[in-house]
Amino acid sequence: MKIHEYQARQIFRDYGIPVPDAALCYTVGEVEKAAREINHMVVVKAQVLAGGRGKAGGVKLARTAEDAVTAAKQILGMNIKGLTVTKVLVTEAVDIAKEFYVGLINDRNLKCITLMVSAEGGVEIEEVAKDNPEKIIKFSINPLTGLLDYQARNIALEMFGNIKLAKTAASIFIKLYKLYIETDATLAEINPLVLTNKNEILAIDGKMNFDDNALFRQPKILAMREPDEEEVQEIAAHDKGLSYIKLDGNIGCMVNGAGLAMATMDMIKLYGGSPANFLDIGGSSNPQKVIDAMNILLSDKNVKAVMINIFGGITRCDDVAKGLIRALEFIITDVPIVVRLSGTNAEEGLALLKKTGLPTVSSMSEAAKKAIELSKR
Amino acid sequence: MSILVNKDTKLVVQGITGRDGKFHTAKMLTYGTNVVAGVSPGKEGDGIDGVPVFNTVAHAVKATGANTSIIFVPAAAAADAILEASEAGISLVIAISEGVPIQDMIRITPILKLNGTLLIGPNCPGLITPGESLVGILPSTIFKKGNIGFISRSGTLTYEVVNLLSLNNFGQTTCVGIGGDPVAGLYFIDLLERFENDPETIAVVLIGEIGGDAEEKAAQYIAEKMTKPVVAFIAGQTAPPGKRMGHAGAIISSGSGTAAEKIAAFNKAGVPVAKEPSEIPVLLRQKLDGKI
Repeated sequence: MKIHEYQARQIFRDYGIPVPDAALCYTVGEVEKAAREINHMVVVKAQVLAGGRGKAGGVKLARTAEDAVTAAKQILGMNIKGLTVTKVLVTEAVDIAKEFYVGLINDRNLKCITLMVSAEGGVEIEEVAKDNPEKIIKFSINPLTGLLDYQARNIALEMFGNIKLAKTAASIFIKLYKLYIETDATLAEINPLVLTNKNEILAIDGKMNFDDNALFRQPKILAMREPDEEEVQEIAAHDKGLSYIKLDGNIGCMVNGAGLAMATMDMIKLYGGSPANFLDIGGSSNPQKVIDAMNILLSDKNVKAVMINIFGGITRCDDVAKGLIRALEFIITDVPIVVRLSGTNAEEGLALLKKTGLPTVSSMSEAAKKAIELSKR
Repeated sequence: MSILVNKDTKLVVQGITGRDGKFHTAKMLTYGTNVVAGVSPGKEGDGIDGVPVFNTVAHAVKATGANTSIIFVPAAAAADAILEASEAGISLVIAISEGVPIQDMIRITPILKLNGTLLIGPNCPGLITPGESLVGILPSTIFKKGNIGFISRSGTLTYEVVNLLSLNNFGQTTCVGIGGDPVAGLYFIDLLERFENDPETIAVVLIGEIGGDAEEKAAQYIAEKMTKPVVAFIAGQTAPPGKRMGHAGAIISSGSGTAAEKIAAFNKAGVPVAKEPSEIPVLLRQKLDGKI
């Protein structure tokens, strides 16, 4: 789960990380008011769940309240990577002496949390990693001890080269680690962490992602969720025990298991078609799930054919067939459907489906070819 | 021979009184797995299908000599159950539970290492040594005893491919589902090493998917350390970036973890990558005959 910058800043603030004052604004009028109150140079920043906001023109410096109004008019309503900007953050612009990067991530290979810092702040860390990997310091944190004071201090000293500043920065690293653990984060970035001309250290921009598997014990984080239109659909499917992701193609797929669902999409593409979605119905053959899955698939008006791909393991193919027959009693559609059943009780399942007149096949590749053919009719 | 589980496996089922635990215990018993005990705090007694149930893993180990555990407890309690098994002296833990928080797994990893406990999963279908022991939820009928080692991040895709292998007379030494989570126990390299050292295994099939760089690391390991042929398949070539494709670990983030990168790494390591599952037995035959 992702959150906005303004939400990440609030979490930082709750944990005592210094963050400049800011106002969240939904209208040009609110921006003007906020800029006048700050009475100093401000930055107007689009709040959307996408990276590269600056490059897209979603972050603007404004010297006066009038400039802030102009900036707000440009940014509010603008489209960044397919997302419409509905709110902006107005913050006091600080006099920056130097920008740094500080981030925590989960390291899948080392099975620990890694602290990454760089004196090359303000740009995307992936670019630094690609062009100047030597400019990033990575430190694997022992899960048994957590990030220790001396470790944070020594790393900060390498970054700042000044023990007084290093001590201040180290306390920020420790706070960031604490909030990372306590919120079940999968990413916590301060970029940039700036040193001002007055020798203050401030977190100017923040990004946080969270572990979906841990949301059950993170009610405060869950309450921050602001899903976009696509995510609303994905969350609704998830609540029904389905895993659904919309794509751009025209062949709807319904599959049991995530790996097989991905392989099904790939196969449609391999044979010259284009998948309309990823849809994993999981291990159950509950008719309701099949009905829900069909409803979601067919709500996508681009879908010209549906490929159902089931490999029965613990899930029995005859149960899936019964579910599908029930589902088709409720759903009236002229979108052609091809069914592939294989594995446990496949023959029984195929026999049941014969009565429905649906085309059935026994291999994945046949199903993909058939679905593509049907989609072109 | 085989790896990790065999006729000597003495299995304890944690969460045996739950719906899934009960169902799969019956399946494993039918297959011939030596299920010696179950654990369910507060439900100690005669048990399920003749398997005695204990309140603690330590009691189960003491009474039955169990050396392997399979975990069916809910995700929120899974890390705790894994640690309980580890502290009780279980040497191999298979965690089936889906949805375990990542930081729970990170926290217990060093403790498992200290105790010398091996873990498979979580969010995995388990493993099987055909004809000897099934420890998991895999549909046993599709497996066949033979000489191919099998490692996969997926569940049903594993069944799809194993079925094709068996139909083409490629039986298996051991098939391991390592699970779809980003932070998990034994992974590709750990298992490739075991298959390389298993005299009965003559080749390995590896099924990867988008997310992370474990496939790239495996490719490097194969190129440097393996003498046995490996054939691979990667799911998710059409997956969009930034979306979790069902499995928590199957996500392309910041442009890395793509199928294209993984396929390129395998090709570079001399590992043929199948375009679709049905091509796997074909490539395996060609590789074993020295034709590719």
